[in-house]
Amino acid sequence: MSLPRSSAIPRSALTTMAASRRSVLRGLALSGLAVGGASALAACGGDSGGPATGEGATVKFGINEASGSGPAYDRLKAIADAYAEESGTEVALNAVDHNTFQESINTYLQGTPDDVFTWFAGFRMAQFAENGLITDLSDQWPIDGLNDSFKQAATAPDGKQYFVPISYYPWAVFYRKSVFEKNGWAPPETNDDFMALMDDMQGKGVTPFAFGDKDGWPAMGTFDILNMRLNGFDFHMSLMAGEEAWDGDEVKLVFDTWRKLLPYHQADPLGRTWQEAATAMGKGECGMYLLGTFVVDALGENGDDLDFFTFPELDPAIGSDALDAPIDGFCVAAAGQNQDAGKAMAKWLGSAAAADAGNSAADAPFIAANSGASTSTYSDLQKKSAEVVGAAANIAQFMDRDTNADFANTVMIPSIQEFLKNPDDIDGVTASIQEQADSIFG
Amino acid sequence: MAHIDEAPRATKPGETAEAPPQGREKKLPGRDRFTVVTMVTIPLLLVLGLVWLPALLSVVLSFGKWNGFGDLDTIEWVGFQNYRDIVTIYPAFWPAIQHNLIWLAFLFFLPTLFGMFLAVLLDREMRGSRIYQTAFYMPVVLSLALIGFIWQLFYSRDQGLINDVFGSQVDWYGDPDINLWAVLVATAWRHTGYIMLIYLAGLKGVDASLREAAAVDGASEVKTFFHVIFPVMRPINMIVIVIVVIESLRAFDLVWVVNKGRNGLELIGALVAQNVIGEATRYGFGSALAVIMMLISSIFITVYLRNVFREERRG
Repeated sequence: MSLPRSSAIPRSALTTMAASRRSVLRGLALSGLAVGGASALAACGGDSGGPATGEGATVKFGINEASGSGPAYDRLKAIADAYAEESGTEVALNAVDHNTFQESINTYLQGTPDDVFTWFAGFRMAQFAENGLITDLSDQWPIDGLNDSFKQAATAPDGKQYFVPISYYPWAVFYRKSVFEKNGWAPPETNDDFMALMDDMQGKGVTPFAFGDKDGWPAMGTFDILNMRLNGFDFHMSLMAGEEAWDGDEVKLVFDTWRKLLPYHQADPLGRTWQEAATAMGKGECGMYLLGTFVVDALGENGDDLDFFTFPELDPAIGSDALDAPIDGFCVAAAGQNQDAGKAMAKWLGSAAAADAGNSAADAPFIAANSGASTSTYSDLQKKSAEVVGAAANIAQFMDRDTNADFANTVMIPSIQEFLKNPDDIDGVTASIQEQADSIFG
Repeated sequence: MAHIDEAPRATKPGETAEAPPQGREKKLPGRDRFTVVTMVTIPLLLVLGLVWLPALLSVVLSFGKWNGFGDLDTIEWVGFQNYRDIVTIYPAFWPAIQHNLIWLAFLFFLPTLFGMFLAVLLDREMRGSRIYQTAFYMPVVLSLALIGFIWQLFYSRDQGLINDVFGSQVDWYGDPDINLWAVLVATAWRHTGYIMLIYLAGLKGVDASLREAAAVDGASEVKTFFHVIFPVMRPINMIVIVIVVIESLRAFDLVWVVNKGRNGLELIGALVAQNVIGEATRYGFGSALAVIMMLISSIFITVYLRNVFREERRG
């Protein structure tokens, strides 16, 4: 039996396919034009009559964790419920998948956003503030239990606060306690200790550093910490803001130091995900791994056999008191319907009560920003994280939060990967970064 | 149920007897004209609104610099700067063009020809041909995103099947000299079945008497295929070529799943996505890349359409 000819020749199907691919891409390119795109994110309406807060009022709360996505969602849900109970305000939760939320944030904020939404401290928060997309919360600050460094992180360049932090996690060098014990290794105090430790590891057939950069962002953590250790926190932050030269001696020094450290890292990082690298550390094939505390997630264990130290000093004049510790929290959308309710809720979200409500409801707690929050549910790793971050003089947010997102994603990720492929061409890489930075920061 | 007399169209026995009007000045009855006008305008509006208008706006945007904040008046018009930057300082662009061309050549010379070969074999009604057909076609129903994931299980450097079985240490997805080929193999796995099915369907449609005539004339099977069947299959061959071209220009999903189109897997489609989807919002720059992609596509589309129209005129 032969197929009917018409179905054998999907001519129309072909053109449709081609057209839809192009129009989808183009449609996305133009999604900023079409406010309609944002409505996909925004929760369905509800009128804003009646009181702003308390009985009978509604505050819309957009969160970047989809329903049922794990402890992160459970915590936010519990926090929303606790606020509803405490204030009597009805909280309309709008739960969106993490990546979708992050990638649609521009259209979301310029469409019909929720009153309060989850976000991060850093460059993009400041960018939203400059563009009038989020509400000035300086009248809600200071908030009990949030110290100056958190206030600093919540402050935009205009000197006002636009953000309320709730939790954070540090980037540090993680290792297996049992592996270190067995080999008689100890966390290094100085640069000499550090080099000696790595040489000893190599001598024993252990790769000192696990390393994976298939996804592009994990290696940013290495750049950040080297830059902070070699050039200091202030230089790092102004470099991120586009105010320093990427082809200057400082950045070249970072890449050159990195080049010398690369032989101590796992080979072929560009084909390895961070989860695979974490597994290599977990199995003891590698001694250490520079990553965020989320390294525990990839190991599928409670982290009792893990410990960490902050990246050691490289230049005695600079010290080692700065680190990456991305802060999560909340902003109030300027286009939100109920500004007063949003502000009131944002302030409460910074309280110890909010953190406790979240932590007591989920299997895995976060490290609360509020110093009054209970630490009874914390693991040892988290208790130590809180100490280390508390002791740090300066906290950066991680490259993709500290600089322009366009620059981080389309320039720095490919450039760092290019460097990792070809570590000897530092001049070429830095020159290319600078050219593109000029074009973007223009 | 309806009486044949009530049917409004020209299906009455009496009417079919009349010769249908052939001339240019034929007048359609009002109802038919309404149908024709509706059937033309609705798709036309859809095409204009969903394809041409966005395409045009894309071209306009490609001359601007805009991060999506604020109204349209915040777009900074920069002339051809985006295009200039793309060809001069954007390191991913030329590799992307090169990779798209490699993609095209590879798809054409290996999986396409192999798919056609399989179709010819399966057309011979050998035993178990249905099973083979299903086996080869199976990958086509999987999305490329899923295929990327499946092949990751083979290709992973530390935990993948291939390195495990052969005890090798090849960084299949990470080494920029290899990963394009690794991805192409994964694409070929799917593309072969696709081409096979289309070609097989075409072969089934070839008039059996042609083969008989060729056999009677004493032509060998190979000769019959190249001198009789292949020329008759011209429309299908055109379709296959167009599919290959379109598939290689729109190639995107697989590399996006593997590493978001970076590090040796740059493709134009992935670059557009990197710049406008996700956290980066370089709408002007991304649009300029999309326009370049559109221009390249239109070259192939023009060639194809010219061919189709020429054929229709001849037919």
